[in-house]
Amino acid sequence: MINYIIKRIGIAIPTLLILIAVSFYLMHAAPGGPFTSERPLPPQVLANIEAKYGLDQPIWRQMFNYLWGVITEFDFGPSYKYHDRTVNEIIGHGFPITLKYGFWSFIVAVGVGIPLGAIAAIRKNTWIDYLAVGVSIGAQVLPNFVMAPLLIIVFTLWLDWLPGGGWNGGAWQYLVMPVIALSTSYMASIARITRSSMLEVLNTNYIRTARSKGLPTKVIFFRHVLKPSLLPVISYLGPAFVGLITGSVLIDIYFSTGGMGYFFVNAAFNRDYSVMMGITIVVGSLTILFSLIADLLYAWIDPKIRY
Amino acid sequence: MIVANKGKIKTMAENLSESGAGRSLWKDARMRFIQNKAATISLFILLSIVLFSFIGPYFAVWSYEQIDWNAMGSAARVGMPSIESGHYFGTDDLGRDLYSRVIQGTQISLMVGVLGATVAVIVGTLYGATSGYLGGKTDQIMMRIVDILMSIPYMFVLILLLVVFGRSIGMLFIGIGLLSWLDMSRIVRGQTLNLKNKEFIEAARVTGVSDFKIITRHIVPNLLGIVAVYATLLVPGIILAESFISFLGLGVQEPSTSWGALIKEGAGTISYDTEWQLLFPLAFFVVSLFCFYFIGDGLRDALDPKER
Repeated sequence: MINYIIKRIGIAIPTLLILIAVSFYLMHAAPGGPFTSERPLPPQVLANIEAKYGLDQPIWRQMFNYLWGVITEFDFGPSYKYHDRTVNEIIGHGFPITLKYGFWSFIVAVGVGIPLGAIAAIRKNTWIDYLAVGVSIGAQVLPNFVMAPLLIIVFTLWLDWLPGGGWNGGAWQYLVMPVIALSTSYMASIARITRSSMLEVLNTNYIRTARSKGLPTKVIFFRHVLKPSLLPVISYLGPAFVGLITGSVLIDIYFSTGGMGYFFVNAAFNRDYSVMMGITIVVGSLTILFSLIADLLYAWIDPKIRY
Repeated sequence: MIVANKGKIKTMAENLSESGAGRSLWKDARMRFIQNKAATISLFILLSIVLFSFIGPYFAVWSYEQIDWNAMGSAARVGMPSIESGHYFGTDDLGRDLYSRVIQGTQISLMVGVLGATVAVIVGTLYGATSGYLGGKTDQIMMRIVDILMSIPYMFVLILLLVVFGRSIGMLFIGIGLLSWLDMSRIVRGQTLNLKNKEFIEAARVTGVSDFKIITRHIVPNLLGIVAVYATLLVPGIILAESFISFLGLGVQEPSTSWGALIKEGAGTISYDTEWQLLFPLAFFVVSLFCFYFIGDGLRDALDPKER
């Protein structure tokens, strides 16, 4: 187990370094720097600005400085666009918001998806099963950017129950629609995966044995069925988390929640390289960390995996 | 369940009656696919949508870049869907005909989906087959690379690419295609591992066929079934990714459009009583995705060796 953990961390760290290096080079390959504007600056001023941000140094030097700043001081440098804000401030502002609705979406996706899939599997070929399968297919073709406008039509324009956007410190009224829009398609995927893996488990010989020796259904379910059929779900949690974080880009734009996604897209339109890079790195480390946790969890639960 | 059993009994009966004449894998799969009602109907609907996107323009009164000055700015009152005005699906807020725009968006979204999936399938299949066939250290390194790429937040990198290299359809589908071959390569590698110890591969190796030829001529053709299934499931995924990017305004640029861009526009104006601007593109989008998923499922049932 310890070997496996070390090995797994041994993959995670180079991944992060590659991510940083690639995004850094991409940014510098881009035509037009952050200070190119329609009215060109006087060359002396431009040189001064570039010296201030260290852009006059060779690329490898810039990258090294940047990396060093990130690792030692957790410093992502200044924003190129908003000269009075640092990237740290921007991330510090947007990140808690993203984390809050991301966390609730994750809870909803797992907490609804697994029971839904389990019920569908146990009551196979009944109306509950058909309903669950129908819901999960429906949710798959209604991704977050379709759910968001539909939710607003129904809950804000027709019923007038919920505010159409804003954050307001994360009051629950402002949280409901982002969470539904973000979690639905992942909930659907989790339900589908749970259903099919549970069906597979229910057909195995050891479950038949457990039944034939007269164990009560509850015991069979919680002791023998649940754990093995959740394994595929656990390996899906990594990608689902990535998807949730990615979806936050859209949620922030659509519901004006002001999380990281908002700043990322804004930076993409403004060519604010340092902000884009900072957010990519933070999100990247998060996803890498999360897939690490998911893998370790998987290895811990599944006794067949021994590295 | 009962229906499925009936199907099985039918095939069994057919097997008995035409014993002697062998049936190929593909013919077998085709029959199984046709028996799957949802998949057949989906295929039919999808083909009609594709056909519509090619024939549709001949029935259009307005082209997609023409502006109806009457409807401009007052789409809610004048631009509703009607046969008389020639705006079958209504107009958008700029007075452009939504019928033509939806057709254009359908063409572009489907094209991005299919081309992106093609890139992903070619790269993923070759990569996975090579990795699986060569095995050993090469395999380990190649799969580590896939692991590393998989844990990178892909939408963020895609947006980065689009910002850096300019927003164009070409860049969009290259970006999506290049980033979505990862799953494909894993699946193909697994299958290749199964295949490579089969007798016919050994025979080829013994007679001195080169590794490259074995991969392209013996391994890849035997993977086609599973590749076809995942390619069908990949297309809607790529359409979703493209629509997502276009919804953010970073994908397909005006005057071109796509489902995502149209849904964005429609969603932006829902508060002005112009639901049709959202509902028409949305209907095309949702129905097509449904069809792709059902066809993919049908193909999997028809081709997956596990089910037999």
